[in-house]
Amino acid sequence: MFPYLALSAVLFSIGLFGVLTRRNVIGILMSLELMFNAANINFVAFNRFVATDGLVGQMFAIFIVVVAAAEAVVGLSIVLLIYRNWRGIGTDNIHVMKW
Amino acid sequence: MEVPEAGVVFWILSVVIIVSGMLVVSLKNIFHCALALVVCLFAVAGIYLLLEAEFLAAAQVLIYVGAVAILIIFAVMLTTDLASGKITQTNENATIAFVACVMFAAVAMFLIKKTRVWDISPFGLSFDNVSAIGKYLMTEFMLPFEVVSVLLLAALIGAVVLARKERS
Repeated sequence: MFPYLALSAVLFSIGLFGVLTRRNVIGILMSLELMFNAANINFVAFNRFVATDGLVGQMFAIFIVVVAAAEAVVGLSIVLLIYRNWRGIGTDNIHVMKW
Repeated sequence: MEVPEAGVVFWILSVVIIVSGMLVVSLKNIFHCALALVVCLFAVAGIYLLLEAEFLAAAQVLIYVGAVAILIIFAVMLTTDLASGKITQTNENATIAFVACVMFAAVAMFLIKKTRVWDISPFGLSFDNVSAIGKYLMTEFMLPFEVVSVLLLAALIGAVVLARKERS
Protein backbone atom coordinates (compact mmCIF):
# COMPACT_ATOMS: atom_id res chain seq x y z
CA MET A 1 0.00 0.00 0.00
CA PHE A 2 2.93 2.29 0.64
CA PRO A 3 3.56 3.16 -3.05
CA TYR A 4 -0.02 4.35 -3.49
CA LEU A 5 0.07 6.55 -0.40
CA ALA A 6 3.49 7.90 -1.41
CA LEU A 7 2.18 8.74 -4.88
CA SER A 8 -0.76 10.50 -3.27
CA ALA A 9 1.53 12.52 -0.97
CA VAL A 10 3.76 13.56 -3.87
CA LEU A 11 0.80 14.56 -6.04
CA PHE A 12 -0.69 16.55 -3.16
CA SER A 13 2.63 18.37 -2.67
CA ILE A 14 2.80 19.20 -6.36
CA GLY A 15 -0.70 20.64 -6.19
CA LEU A 16 0.20 22.58 -3.07
CA PHE A 17 3.20 24.06 -4.84
CA GLY A 18 0.97 25.13 -7.71
CA VAL A 19 -1.58 26.76 -5.42
CA LEU A 20 1.16 28.64 -3.58
CA THR A 21 3.03 29.91 -6.63
CA ARG A 22 0.63 30.45 -9.52
CA ARG A 23 -0.18 33.98 -10.58
CA ASN A 24 -3.04 32.83 -12.76
CA VAL A 25 -6.37 31.97 -11.13
CA ILE A 26 -7.03 29.18 -13.62
CA GLY A 27 -3.62 27.74 -12.74
CA ILE A 28 -4.63 27.73 -9.09
CA LEU A 29 -7.86 25.90 -9.94
CA MET A 30 -5.93 23.28 -11.91
CA SER A 31 -3.57 22.74 -8.97
CA LEU A 32 -6.62 22.31 -6.75
CA GLU A 33 -7.84 19.55 -9.05
CA LEU A 34 -4.48 17.81 -8.58
CA MET A 35 -4.92 17.97 -4.81
CA PHE A 36 -8.46 16.54 -5.05
CA ASN A 37 -7.12 13.67 -7.11
CA ALA A 38 -4.40 12.98 -4.54
CA ALA A 39 -7.05 12.75 -1.82
CA ASN A 40 -9.11 10.45 -4.01
CA ILE A 41 -6.19 8.09 -4.57
CA ASN A 42 -5.84 7.88 -0.80
CA PHE A 43 -9.51 7.04 -0.31
CA VAL A 44 -9.52 4.36 -2.98
CA ALA A 45 -6.24 2.84 -1.80
CA PHE A 46 -7.48 2.53 1.78
CA ASN A 47 -10.73 1.07 0.47
CA ARG A 48 -8.80 -1.48 -1.53
CA PHE A 49 -6.25 -2.53 1.05
CA VAL A 50 -7.71 -1.96 4.52
CA ALA A 51 -11.50 -1.52 4.53
CA THR A 52 -12.33 -4.20 2.01
CA ASP A 53 -15.71 -5.10 3.51
CA GLY A 54 -17.46 -2.29 1.68
CA LEU A 55 -17.08 0.36 -0.95
CA VAL A 56 -17.39 3.37 1.35
CA GLY A 57 -14.03 4.78 0.28
CA GLN A 58 -15.03 4.69 -3.35
CA MET A 59 -18.34 6.33 -2.51
CA PHE A 60 -16.47 9.15 -0.79
CA ALA A 61 -14.23 9.49 -3.83
CA ILE A 62 -17.27 9.73 -6.11
CA PHE A 63 -18.79 12.46 -3.97
CA ILE A 64 -15.46 14.31 -3.98
CA VAL A 65 -15.42 14.16 -7.78
CA VAL A 66 -18.94 15.58 -7.95
CA VAL A 67 -18.22 18.37 -5.50
CA ALA A 68 -14.98 19.17 -7.35
CA ALA A 69 -16.94 19.47 -10.59
CA ALA A 70 -19.37 21.89 -8.96
CA GLU A 71 -16.46 23.85 -7.52
CA ALA A 72 -14.79 24.05 -10.92
CA VAL A 73 -17.99 25.34 -12.54
CA VAL A 74 -18.55 28.10 -10.01
CA GLY A 75 -14.85 28.94 -9.80
CA LEU A 76 -14.44 29.30 -13.55
CA SER A 77 -17.54 31.47 -13.86
CA ILE A 78 -16.10 33.70 -11.15
CA VAL A 79 -12.87 33.78 -13.18
CA LEU A 80 -14.83 34.91 -16.25
CA LEU A 81 -16.48 37.61 -14.18
CA ILE A 82 -13.13 38.81 -12.86
CA TYR A 83 -11.75 38.89 -16.39
CA ARG A 84 -14.73 40.93 -17.56
CA ASN A 85 -14.26 43.48 -14.81
CA TRP A 86 -10.46 43.75 -14.66
CA ARG A 87 -9.31 42.58 -18.12
CA GLY A 88 -6.94 40.12 -16.50
CA ILE A 89 -7.01 37.13 -14.18
CA GLY A 90 -3.68 37.48 -12.41
CA THR A 91 -3.87 37.29 -8.66
CA ASP A 92 -2.04 40.61 -8.62
CA ASN A 93 -5.14 42.29 -10.03
CA ILE A 94 -7.51 40.89 -7.47
CA HIS A 95 -6.91 42.88 -4.35
CA VAL A 96 -10.03 44.99 -3.97
CA MET A 97 -11.17 42.87 -1.06
CA LYS A 98 -7.93 43.63 0.73
CA TRP A 99 -8.03 46.84 2.77
CA MET B 1 -8.44 -12.10 -5.71
CA GLU B 2 -5.08 -11.67 -4.05
CA VAL B 3 -3.69 -8.26 -3.30
CA PRO B 4 -1.61 -7.20 -6.28
CA GLU B 5 1.86 -5.94 -5.77
CA ALA B 6 2.62 -2.55 -7.18
CA GLY B 7 3.68 -3.80 -10.57
CA VAL B 8 5.24 -2.23 -13.59
CA VAL B 9 1.93 -0.67 -14.64
CA PHE B 10 1.74 1.19 -11.36
CA TRP B 11 5.23 2.59 -11.76
CA ILE B 12 4.58 3.71 -15.33
CA LEU B 13 1.35 5.38 -14.24
CA SER B 14 2.93 7.10 -11.26
CA VAL B 15 5.79 8.42 -13.36
CA VAL B 16 3.23 9.79 -15.82
CA ILE B 17 1.21 11.34 -12.98
CA ILE B 18 4.17 12.98 -11.29
CA VAL B 19 5.78 14.29 -14.49
CA SER B 20 2.52 15.67 -15.87
CA GLY B 21 1.61 17.10 -12.47
CA MET B 22 4.92 18.94 -12.39
CA LEU B 23 4.23 20.22 -15.89
CA VAL B 24 0.82 21.45 -14.71
CA VAL B 25 2.37 23.59 -12.02
CA SER B 26 5.48 24.72 -13.89
CA LEU B 27 4.73 25.39 -17.57
CA LYS B 28 4.64 28.97 -18.75
CA ASN B 29 1.77 28.62 -21.17
CA ILE B 30 -1.45 28.03 -19.25
CA PHE B 31 -3.00 26.18 -22.20
CA HIS B 32 -0.20 23.61 -22.14
CA CYS B 33 -0.82 23.27 -18.41
CA ALA B 34 -4.43 22.33 -19.13
CA LEU B 35 -3.31 19.67 -21.61
CA ALA B 36 -0.85 18.26 -19.05
CA LEU B 37 -3.72 18.19 -16.56
CA VAL B 38 -5.71 16.00 -18.96
CA VAL B 39 -2.80 13.53 -19.14
CA CYS B 40 -2.49 13.52 -15.35
CA LEU B 41 -6.22 12.84 -14.84
CA PHE B 42 -6.14 9.99 -17.34
CA ALA B 43 -3.26 8.38 -15.47
CA VAL B 44 -5.14 8.76 -12.17
CA ALA B 45 -8.05 6.91 -13.81
CA GLY B 46 -5.56 4.12 -14.57
CA ILE B 47 -4.57 4.04 -10.91
CA TYR B 48 -8.25 3.62 -10.00
CA LEU B 49 -8.45 0.68 -12.38
CA LEU B 50 -5.46 -0.91 -10.64
CA LEU B 51 -7.26 -0.45 -7.32
CA GLU B 52 -10.38 -2.24 -8.64
CA ALA B 53 -12.49 0.91 -8.72
CA GLU B 54 -13.83 0.48 -12.24
CA PHE B 55 -16.84 2.73 -11.86
CA LEU B 56 -14.72 5.48 -10.36
CA ALA B 57 -12.24 5.19 -13.23
CA ALA B 58 -15.04 5.61 -15.75
CA ALA B 59 -16.51 8.50 -13.78
CA GLN B 60 -13.07 10.09 -13.62
CA VAL B 61 -12.70 9.95 -17.40
CA LEU B 62 -16.24 11.20 -17.98
CA ILE B 63 -16.34 13.96 -15.39
CA TYR B 64 -12.75 15.15 -15.16
CA VAL B 65 -11.35 14.52 -18.62
CA GLY B 66 -14.67 15.03 -20.38
CA ALA B 67 -16.15 17.91 -18.46
CA VAL B 68 -13.83 19.69 -16.06
CA ALA B 69 -10.81 19.72 -18.38
CA ILE B 70 -12.91 21.00 -21.29
CA LEU B 71 -14.34 23.65 -18.99
CA ILE B 72 -10.85 24.71 -17.93
CA ILE B 73 -9.66 24.83 -21.53
CA PHE B 74 -12.68 26.97 -22.44
CA ALA B 75 -11.94 29.32 -19.57
CA VAL B 76 -8.30 29.56 -20.65
CA MET B 77 -9.28 30.41 -24.19
CA LEU B 78 -11.86 32.95 -23.05
CA THR B 79 -9.60 34.77 -20.65
CA THR B 80 -5.96 34.43 -21.62
CA ASP B 81 -4.08 35.92 -24.49
CA LEU B 82 -2.48 32.69 -25.68
CA ALA B 83 0.05 34.39 -27.92
CA SER B 84 1.70 36.09 -24.98
CA GLY B 85 3.16 33.05 -23.33
CA LYS B 86 6.06 35.09 -22.09
CA ILE B 87 4.49 36.52 -18.95
CA THR B 88 5.84 34.93 -15.82
CA GLN B 89 3.31 32.57 -14.28
CA THR B 90 4.79 32.11 -10.84
CA ASN B 91 5.09 34.66 -8.10
CA GLU B 92 8.11 35.61 -6.04
CA ASN B 93 7.43 32.91 -3.43
CA ALA B 94 8.39 30.07 -5.78
CA THR B 95 11.65 29.08 -4.04
CA ILE B 96 10.32 29.06 -0.51
CA ALA B 97 7.12 27.36 -1.65
CA PHE B 98 9.21 24.66 -3.31
CA VAL B 99 11.15 24.08 -0.11
CA ALA B 100 7.94 23.96 1.90
CA CYS B 101 6.31 21.47 -0.46
CA VAL B 102 9.36 19.18 -0.51
CA MET B 103 9.39 19.25 3.27
CA PHE B 104 5.66 18.51 3.37
CA ALA B 105 6.12 15.53 1.06
CA ALA B 106 9.07 14.27 3.12
CA VAL B 107 7.14 14.51 6.39
CA ALA B 108 4.09 12.82 4.88
CA MET B 109 6.22 9.99 3.49
CA PHE B 110 8.01 9.58 6.80
CA LEU B 111 4.70 9.31 8.65
CA ILE B 112 3.26 6.86 6.11
CA LYS B 113 6.38 4.71 6.37
CA LYS B 114 6.34 4.87 10.15
CA THR B 115 2.68 3.97 10.63
CA ARG B 116 2.29 0.22 10.80
CA VAL B 117 -1.11 -0.12 12.44
CA TRP B 118 -3.08 -0.78 9.27
CA ASP B 119 -3.84 -4.44 8.91
CA ILE B 120 -3.74 -4.99 5.20
CA SER B 121 -6.56 -7.29 4.21
CA PRO B 122 -5.28 -10.37 2.39
CA PHE B 123 -8.32 -10.39 0.14
CA GLY B 124 -9.31 -7.94 -2.51
CA LEU B 125 -12.71 -6.43 -2.96
CA SER B 126 -15.22 -9.16 -3.63
CA PHE B 127 -17.96 -7.01 -5.10
CA ASP B 128 -19.39 -6.44 -8.49
CA ASN B 129 -18.23 -2.86 -8.48
CA VAL B 130 -20.94 -1.06 -10.41
CA SER B 131 -23.93 -2.86 -8.91
CA ALA B 132 -22.53 -2.48 -5.39
CA ILE B 133 -22.14 1.26 -5.91
CA GLY B 134 -25.69 1.45 -7.24
CA LYS B 135 -26.96 -0.32 -4.12
CA TYR B 136 -25.01 2.04 -1.90
CA LEU B 137 -26.42 5.07 -3.69
CA MET B 138 -29.96 3.83 -3.19
CA THR B 139 -29.60 2.71 0.42
CA GLU B 140 -26.88 3.96 2.73
CA PHE B 141 -25.87 7.00 0.72
CA MET B 142 -29.39 8.07 -0.25
CA LEU B 143 -29.26 11.38 1.62
CA PRO B 144 -25.80 12.48 0.37
CA PHE B 145 -26.86 11.49 -3.12
CA GLU B 146 -29.90 13.77 -2.98
CA VAL B 147 -27.94 16.57 -1.32
CA VAL B 148 -25.25 16.41 -3.97
CA SER B 149 -27.86 16.65 -6.72
CA VAL B 150 -29.20 19.81 -5.08
CA LEU B 151 -25.60 21.06 -4.89
CA LEU B 152 -25.12 20.46 -8.60
CA LEU B 153 -28.34 22.32 -9.37
CA ALA B 154 -27.18 25.21 -7.20
CA ALA B 155 -23.80 25.26 -8.95
CA LEU B 156 -25.52 25.25 -12.35
CA ILE B 157 -27.78 28.16 -11.47
CA GLY B 158 -24.95 29.99 -9.74
CA ALA B 159 -22.68 29.68 -12.77
CA VAL B 160 -25.41 30.96 -15.09
CA VAL B 161 -26.16 33.91 -12.83
CA LEU B 162 -22.48 34.77 -12.41
CA ALA B 163 -21.41 34.47 -16.04
CA ARG B 164 -24.49 36.17 -17.52
CA LYS B 165 -23.90 39.55 -19.08
CA GLU B 166 -25.76 42.17 -17.12
CA ARG B 167 -28.13 44.30 -19.11
CA SER B 168 -27.53 47.94 -18.56
